[in-house]
Parts: sequence; structure tokens; C-alpha cells
Amino acid sequence: MEADAKPMKLGGRLCCVCNQRRAALKRPKTLEQICRECFYAVFEEEIHQVILENKLFKPGERIAIGASGGKDSTVLAYVLSELNRRHNYGLDLFLLSVDEGITGYRDDSLETVKRNELQYGLPLKIVSYKDLYGWTMDEIVKMIGLKNNCTFCGVFRRQALDRGAALLKVDKVATGHNADDIAETVLLNILRGDIARLSRCTSIITGEDGPIPRCKPFKYTYEKEIFMITLGCQSLNELSTYAYFKKLDYFSTECIYSPNAYRGFAREFIKDLERIRPRAILDIIKSGEDFRIATSTKMPEQGTCERCGYISSQKWCKACVLLEGLNRGLPKLGIGRNQGLNSDAKKDIKKDDRTKSIESKQCGSLEF
Amino acid sequence: MACNSSTCNSSGCYKEYEEEEQHKSKTRAEVKGSNIRQNLCVKCKSSEPVCCGIGGEDSRFCKDCFKNNLYGKFKQAVTYNAMITPPDKVLVAFSGGPSSRVLLQFVHEMQYRAQKNYDASKDKSLPVFGVGVAFIDESSTNSFASQQIEKAIEDIRSIVSNLAPPSKELFVVPIESIFSSDGIDCKERLKKLLDALGDVTGKEDLLIHLRMLSLQKIASENGYTRVVLGSCTSRIACHVISATVKGQGYSLSADIQFVDSRWEIPVVLPLRDCPAQELNTLCSLDGLKIVETPNGPFSGINGLVSSFVKVLQEENLSRECTIVRTAGKLTPFHFNRIPEIQDSNVPSATRRHHRRHGLKSNGSLSSESFCAICNSPLKKSNSSSSLTNESPQPSNRFVAACSSCQFQILPKDPSLMEQFLPLLPHPMITRAKHGDRGNVSSLREQIQDFLLSDGDDEI
Ligand SMILES: [Zn+2]
Ligand SMILES: [Zn+2]
Ligand SMILES: [Zn+2]
Ligand SMILES: [Zn+2]
Ligand SMILES: [Zn+2]
Repeated sequence: MEADAKPMKLGGRLCCVCNQRRAALKRPKTLEQICRECFYAVFEEEIHQVILENKLFKPGERIAIGASGGKDSTVLAYVLSELNRRHNYGLDLFLLSVDEGITGYRDDSLETVKRNELQYGLPLKIVSYKDLYGWTMDEIVKMIGLKNNCTFCGVFRRQALDRGAALLKVDKVATGHNADDIAETVLLNILRGDIARLSRCTSIITGEDGPIPRCKPFKYTYEKEIFMITLGCQSLNELSTYAYFKKLDYFSTECIYSPNAYRGFAREFIKDLERIRPRAILDIIKSGEDFRIATSTKMPEQGTCERCGYISSQKWCKACVLLEGLNRGLPKLGIGRNQGLNSDAKKDIKKDDRTKSIESKQCGSLEF
Repeated sequence: MACNSSTCNSSGCYKEYEEEEQHKSKTRAEVKGSNIRQNLCVKCKSSEPVCCGIGGEDSRFCKDCFKNNLYGKFKQAVTYNAMITPPDKVLVAFSGGPSSRVLLQFVHEMQYRAQKNYDASKDKSLPVFGVGVAFIDESSTNSFASQQIEKAIEDIRSIVSNLAPPSKELFVVPIESIFSSDGIDCKERLKKLLDALGDVTGKEDLLIHLRMLSLQKIASENGYTRVVLGSCTSRIACHVISATVKGQGYSLSADIQFVDSRWEIPVVLPLRDCPAQELNTLCSLDGLKIVETPNGPFSGINGLVSSFVKVLQEENLSRECTIVRTAGKLTPFHFNRIPEIQDSNVPSATRRHHRRHGLKSNGSLSSESFCAICNSPLKKSNSSSSLTNESPQPSNRFVAACSSCQFQILPKDPSLMEQFLPLLPHPMITRAKHGDRGNVSSLREQIQDFLLSDGDDEI
């Protein structure tokens, strides 16, 4: 991918936008030949249009940028602070990072985030698992061992940004999900049969009914273009090479210790598709938006966790159940089907099972 | 084993399947763990299992139980969706591959049983449905040697003629004959049409659409009431992914249902729940002959999709089923059922089932419009975000087509478009002209939908 993304030599062709300067690169998204200056302008303008058309922000809002130190969130911090200034969005921007407490894992990227703080003058807040949950990920792993299907990574990470955002008292969290990520998520939700997430994963704003909505200004932005921006932009050049190549983003709720095999296949598949048909990424997102999904399946009923106040469809949220298990020395609590603590949860699961078995039965066998 | 009561719309009876289902789940529960070691069929617990690798289940069946299980899935699909009823005449699309070979066998067996019941019955009130077989010869579109295709056709003739009575009509029709009504050189016309396409995937997909038109033409001209396709779970899983990749998320749910009546002759997919692996196994167990036909492997997008799905299936044996199940949860269209169900012929259970599963029109009075090329329903206000950089195609002004067909089949240049349109076969041109209203869904059907919903409070 790196080789493909490097600006290519394109002979003496002129930029298709300004028709004056030499084309310096081929836009991955459209394959148009374009000069460097126009590329930056188009890149930023597209994101500005996304923000306007989808009304992502309102003047006076406090916005946290989920800053992982990876290229996506770093470019997001750069573009948002630039657009905020240029177009007078009137936003208070913050950088929000999460430290899972995994030795060596975030050291580099947290350094990058700290540099971003200085470069863009954005206040940075780092929240740690230790602060949020009382446990570092290393401590959890020590407790549960390196199991094949760990539920902790997903559950804890899903909540960490929200809890951090609540501490910062922001109105919204902006994440660096790019078009490739969203296309990948669409495919993964099809592969694992998750119709509820499939209906939500292409929304540019999610969790509007929850305490802190999230938005994805890079929804239509190609990963390759983000990468090209990092290559050419002075202030972004100091981004550590480590962060370039590693997916460090918080929104990936995959287990750090045992990633799903099929996620890798899906990523590779998308890269292959992009090679022969760049618009395939946007087409997957379009499909994701257009799927005919009955509204009743869209959202499970949401309440709040009795213990921590986080949105939860059950009495206690998943993180609290897991934490209770950890604290009582029973780390298996809340994993799999025996949710001993959640009597309500148990009922829900039973109901779930029943609907499931109805669905998996051949049509018609219900009639008798 | 079959009953002639009014709740029975073909050779079998539901009861039989209900018992079988119960029995199956019971044995499965008992068997978990213990019996597997004893190496006996998990169902009958008497014969030795064959290695058939049923996706995702640890169950292992003996040859008979395996076959019954597979036939059971087929038959259940047929009966509960009213795919084949006694007065029907069904046209089996036969490619010679394992899926359509099993399909032909199963349809034949069902007809054979129906005939036996008919012969045994006194009043002869229920006729036996008719069966025809169609092979679409696509040799003009590829470089397959003529001897090979002749050999393949010969094999197909012998397969069909060797089936026990009732005898089945066989149609071997070259794909270019879709142009025959125009009184021109069909081969030349097809070549011209395909040459006008720059995109490999577009070419492949257009051929698939032409194949469907050919089947429709044969069925319509010869009085058939159903077109039966052998699309198996694996094939449908690939379609789910490729439709997603081509931006056809809206219309996807129309293509993967058991019944698809947006065509003049309704199309049915009774093998939807049968994975390719099981169909292959049955072919080798029963010695069903597979015919090599010149349908080479896919390339382009379709090629990437099928190798992706293959890798996934190898990693997890139930992946294809999960993909199809996910897509099955999408809301179907009003035409995803057999139109104009005659109440006396259809068991009330089936009607209730249809209603509960939303097979009834969703938003009763629908005025779906369809893509002129692929016949997929078009999303209203096809104004996808301007951010996707999809400037409206000039071809838009000529033809109502889905974004996928606009991209990979229709020329972008308006002048090329004018040359291209007349090359299309007649049904596509007609659709292009009446693009804004579905020509299949008549007002009568729409009204019927509306009336049906009155009965909803029965449940
Ligand atoms: Zn320029
Ligand atoms: Zn983990
Ligand atoms: Zn909680
Ligand atoms: Zn058996
Ligand atoms: Zn189309």
C-alpha cells in the first residue's frame, strides 16, 4: 500500500483542477491527476462539506477528538483545527486519549499525541484504564490469562472514550474512522450476522440518544489519501513511523491479544477491490446506508447502568459486570452465558435465545 | 406418507416434516458429545456416517439420512413458499454443475412421488405438476471448443432422458437467441453488445442478466409457470458480498429470497439453504453426473468476491450460512412471494407465515421502479450524498438504471449511449422506456396486497 500511495511521476500532465501546475499525484479516490496544492485544498474542502451537509457541529460546542496517535486521528486533529479556524466553526477542540495500561503499546503514540497538543494548541486529556476501571489491561491479562476470546478489550474500549469525554464535559466526540474502516465494518457485520450493528455502522453520527454522541468527519475519506497527507505535510511529518503502520485507533474493539482472522481477510479484500475499482469503498458504504432494515431491529432498548450510569440495555452495563468479576476474583463472570450477577440480564438472554432459535429454524416449522 | 387433504399443496405433507424436525432436534440434543465417539449416524444411530462435512454442525449423517436431510431442506422451501403447486409447470434452469444437477434430481423426485400419489388416488383431483429443463448455451461468448460444447449438450440430453417418467421437455437454447425476435444476426448482435462494455465485471454481470432473460423467454413461450434456479447457499453468499461491493445494498434483499416474482414468470430458489459442499457430496454419493460447461471462473470484482468467500469458508465452515442469514434479515420486497395466492390452494399456515415474515408487501401500495439492465428495484430519490463524488451520469437522462449498472455497463458518453441502447435485448429496452413504473406489479396485485392486510388482526 505504501508503494501505491506515494506520489507518482506523471510526466508533464497538468493538474485537472487548476490546469496550471503539474499534476504531482493521482487521487486514490477518483484517479484524477492533481497537483499537490489542489490535493490539499480538495481534501480539506471535502471534509468541510461533509461537516456542513451532515451538521456535525454547532457553534459553541465542546468537541473531543479521539486521539490515538495513529495517522487518522492525527490528521483529523490537524484538519479540524484548521477548518475551525478558517471557517469560524466556533468550536472548543480537545484531544482525548486513552491509556489502556499495556506496557510498551501506547508509549510511542502517546508521545505523538503530546506533540499534537503543542502543534495545534489543543488541550490534551489522557485517561487511563487505571483511572476509569481501577485495573490496567496488563493487570487484567495477568488475572484472566491470554484467552482466545477475551471480552475485556472490546467492552472496556467501547466505554473508555465515552467516560473520558464525560470527564472533559464535551458535547461530542469526533473519531478518525475513515471510509476504509467503515467499509470494513460493513463487511464484518455481514460476516458475523450482526444486523443491529449493520444498520448503525454507516451513520455519520451515532449515539445521539446517549450521553455523548460520536461523529466521523472522515466517513468518505480514503485511508490512502490520509496517508498521502501525512507524507506531504510539514507539521505532520514528525508523526512517528510507528504510528503510520500500526492500527492504533480506539474504535477498533478487537482484542489486542488475539485478533480475528477474518478481519485481516476483510482488510485485504478491500485493498484488492480498491486496486481494481477505487469506488468500491464508497459503494460498500452506500450499500450499508441503503440496506432495508426494519426499524424494530435497529436499536435494542437502551436504559442506563444502575451502577455507573452508562447506557445499557440491562441492569448493569457489560463493563460493570466484568469489573465486578475482576474485583471479586471471578474473572469469568459476565463472559459467555453465565451472567450470574444480572438477573434481568439473564432474562434478556433467555428471550434473545428464543428469538434466535426461532430465526434459525426453517421457516414454517413454527406453525405447529 | 403423503396426504391428500386440502392443506397439502404438493406431493408431501407438512406433518411429515414437523415430526422429522422434532426428531432431529431431539436426537441432536441427546447425541451431543456422547454418540460422536461411537461413530454412528447421529440421526438413525444405526448406519455408519459418511464424511459429508455439514457446515458448522458436528453432526454426521449416514448416506440415507444425509440425503433425506438435504431433500428435506429443498422440500420445505418448496412447500412453505408455495413454490410448486399441482397445476404448475416448472422450468428447471440446468447448467450441468452440481447445484443444478441436485436441483433437477430433487424436482424430479418430487414429481415422481406426486405421480405415484396421483395414480393411487381415486378422484384424481390434484394434477401432477409438469417439469421442463433449460440449458442456456453460452459458447458463443467464450472460446470453448465446439466439440466440447457438443459433448456437454449430449451429456445433458442423456441425463434428462434417463430420468424416470413423467418425461421432461429439454430446451437447449443459445444465449444469443434472446435477440431472435428482432430478425437479425443474433451472434453478431451479442458480440457487438458485449464489445461495447469496457468493464470485465460489467460484462460478466450483463451475461447473467441475459441468461435470466433467456430463461424467462423459454418459460413464457412454452407455458411454464415457474423458473427454478439451483442457487445454493454458497452462490447466494457470494451474491450478498458482491452486491454490497457494487453499491446495490438497497435491492439486495430482492435477490436472495425463496421467491422472486418481479419477472413475468416467477423465479424460485429452493436450494437457498443448501451449501455447495453438501450438494457436491450428494452428487458423488449418488453418482450424479456433472457436466463440464464453459462457464469459466469469474474475474474482476466477482472473482475477488468468490475467492474472499472461499477463504472465509475455509476459516469457518458456517461462514457462508451466516452471510446468507444476515442478508435474510433484510426486509424483502412485495414481489418476494408468489403473486395472487389463491386462498383455496394455500394452507392457512403458509399464509400466516407469509404475513408474519413480512413477505406481504411492505408499505402495501408500492410503485417500485426497476433498473432497465438488471431489473433491481431502484431506491427512490436516488440522490446519494454529493460527497461520494457521484456527479449524475449523463446516461441518467436516457435510462433508469441502478448506480452499479450505470457504472459498469452503460457508457458514460451520451453519444455512445445512443449507439448502445439499441443493442440491448428487447425486454431491457422496454424496461428502459417504462422505467418509472414496474410493469410486473399490476394494479390488481397492489390492491390485493392492500386487502390482505385487513386480515392481520387474526394473529
Ligand atoms: Zn492544481
Ligand atoms: Zn482482549
Ligand atoms: Zn456500568
Ligand atoms: Zn442415518
Ligand atoms: Zn442495474
